[in-house]
Amino acid sequence: MRNILIIGATSAIAEATARRFAAAGARFYLVGRNAEKLAAIARDLEIRSGQPVTRESLDLDQLDLHPALLERAKQVLGGIDVAFIAHGILPDQAACQQSVEKTLAAIQTNALSTISLATLLANTFEQRGRGLLIVISSVAGDRGRQSNYIYGAAKGMLNLFLQGLRNRLSKKGVQVLTIKPGFVDTPMTAAFEKKGLLWAQPDQIAKGIVVAVERGRDEVYLPGFWRWIMLVIRHIPEGIFKRLKL
Amino acid sequence: MTALSSWGRYPHSKPRQILPCRDAQILTLPAEPLSCLPFGNGRSYGDVCLNDDGALLCTRGLDRLIAFDPAMGLLRAEAGLLLSDILALIVPQGWFLPVTPGTQWVTLGGAVANDVHGKNHHIAGSFGNHVRAFELLRSDGERLICTPKQNIEWFQATVGGLGLTGLIAWVEIQLQRIANPWIVAENRRFASLDEFLALNDDYEARYPYIVSWIDCAARGRALGRGIYMAGMHAPPGLMKPPPVERRALTVPFAPPISLINNPSVRGFNWLYYHLPRPARGLTPYQPFFYPLDNLLEWNRLYGRRGFFQYQCVIPPLDAREALREILARIAASGQGSMLAVLKRFGKRTSGGLLSFPRPGITLALDFPNRGQKTLALLERLDEVTRQAGGAVYPAKDARMSGDSFRQYYPQWEVFSRSIDLRFSSSFWRRVMAN
Repeated sequence: MRNILIIGATSAIAEATARRFAAAGARFYLVGRNAEKLAAIARDLEIRSGQPVTRESLDLDQLDLHPALLERAKQVLGGIDVAFIAHGILPDQAACQQSVEKTLAAIQTNALSTISLATLLANTFEQRGRGLLIVISSVAGDRGRQSNYIYGAAKGMLNLFLQGLRNRLSKKGVQVLTIKPGFVDTPMTAAFEKKGLLWAQPDQIAKGIVVAVERGRDEVYLPGFWRWIMLVIRHIPEGIFKRLKL
Repeated sequence: MTALSSWGRYPHSKPRQILPCRDAQILTLPAEPLSCLPFGNGRSYGDVCLNDDGALLCTRGLDRLIAFDPAMGLLRAEAGLLLSDILALIVPQGWFLPVTPGTQWVTLGGAVANDVHGKNHHIAGSFGNHVRAFELLRSDGERLICTPKQNIEWFQATVGGLGLTGLIAWVEIQLQRIANPWIVAENRRFASLDEFLALNDDYEARYPYIVSWIDCAARGRALGRGIYMAGMHAPPGLMKPPPVERRALTVPFAPPISLINNPSVRGFNWLYYHLPRPARGLTPYQPFFYPLDNLLEWNRLYGRRGFFQYQCVIPPLDAREALREILARIAASGQGSMLAVLKRFGKRTSGGLLSFPRPGITLALDFPNRGQKTLALLERLDEVTRQAGGAVYPAKDARMSGDSFRQYYPQWEVFSRSIDLRFSSSFWRRVMAN
């Protein structure tokens, strides 16, 4: 685990995870939207890892830029060992319901751009016969709920896509890891009241990701109790579920 | 965001708003006209980090390293970074914090704002002595780079300034070289305050780190007995002792009543004094500097009502008599303290207008909150401190009177001119009100 490409490197979960990888001396290629924030994170990781960090700011919704981006990362790092896809937005559900445009834009960012990157990375890894692809999905992708089914639908698509990718690549020495966090205290969820036992800190999720990588896991709920919560939620009969306010 | 009470779990306070800071370039202020106060990791004890009915600017999100020069030992980092994170980075590279308080779980900004001190005050002074620069964000949009030579009045007001002069965005400190992560430690029992003072004269020249525990349940002839602990960073090439596996224990919840009571305090103190311990040995740095960090959330032991810390410093001339009087008043009250810590401060001062450390002897104690009875005892201790021309530490205070504060910190008026107009704290309003 030496050369790591992080897409969406300014996400709180990605930053916390990168710090843990940095302590083990990893080299990074960071991609994100906000150039200033990216610079601060890159500097921090440089000091922690003792290695130079490359960064690039890019609008990931432009799918046609993806192939060149991966080429640059490959060049700079001299081959990608780990790709960590962590970008995403939490769309305004109410606004999306009134706008096809906003709905599709949310799906573009949360699902299609990730699928584009994952496709390219999967082919690279398959060719090399090794590699680790980590993607942050969400527990929201496990069942459609009225409060955020647009975000959930994008994550659900991602989950199925990654499942297939894993099925295809597991014999080729490539690990595909789906991360399904629950509620995490990050800028993405800044508008929520953060109280209660269900909320986790980004570093807790980061720790879980590192453990999942070490254990060669396929799909993890973080924190782990979400696995049981989602097991129950997935098994509520639709006839009852549609009457619940979730 | 759970850390809303301070470490003493008293007083309880409700901020109107909690704003996370994530960008060291911008000062995010509440939309409503609320007063603001930076809140780091909530490890100060009383109300100095609280802002009842105001807004708290939570700085833990400002935790990035900005620059580290491993040749010179210069480190610049955002103010919300914890000292534990700094140690994890620098110790393997042969550097150490110039000064460290008794917990590594304080933020860099908090260490500056309270001008914290450590076991090496007699040679190194306090944290502010090692601050090379910091940036202060003011509510009017002004951004000030402060150093001991530039924007000096802001530097002196902000070091020890209790977060009232604006938000510290980042801090640059000078680290000290170490040869390895081990500490050579020496323990000695002493039977009286006089013996403690004699030991100081002997040890201070030889050891950079010194602290003493005293048995404040002891009375009569045993008054002032305790254990003297000295340490130094181990020299290069020293054989490493086997690694010590230490698992952190967490106090799971606060019991309804304090577990720290008379019999437990008396028993603990007797045991702690008589427990055999090695006269000299090698120890990792964490248990030496941070003995309580392994007992996570130990403040819960004091129950739901929380506890008071009392840390005073008494100038050298009157120290012996005043400390005897303080110990006698505590012993007579029957409200013992588990953790009574004694230390001689050196002459070096950081120049912070509200800095606590000054030449003399400092005593730190904690008392379970038993309401009026405890407040009355602490006021009786303040009487002694005031008469001796000493001071009480704001970072550990929840109850000193305004009169006492103004006497302890005669530069408060000069300081108050540097307070940011949008900033305030429960502590500040309390000591200004009476």
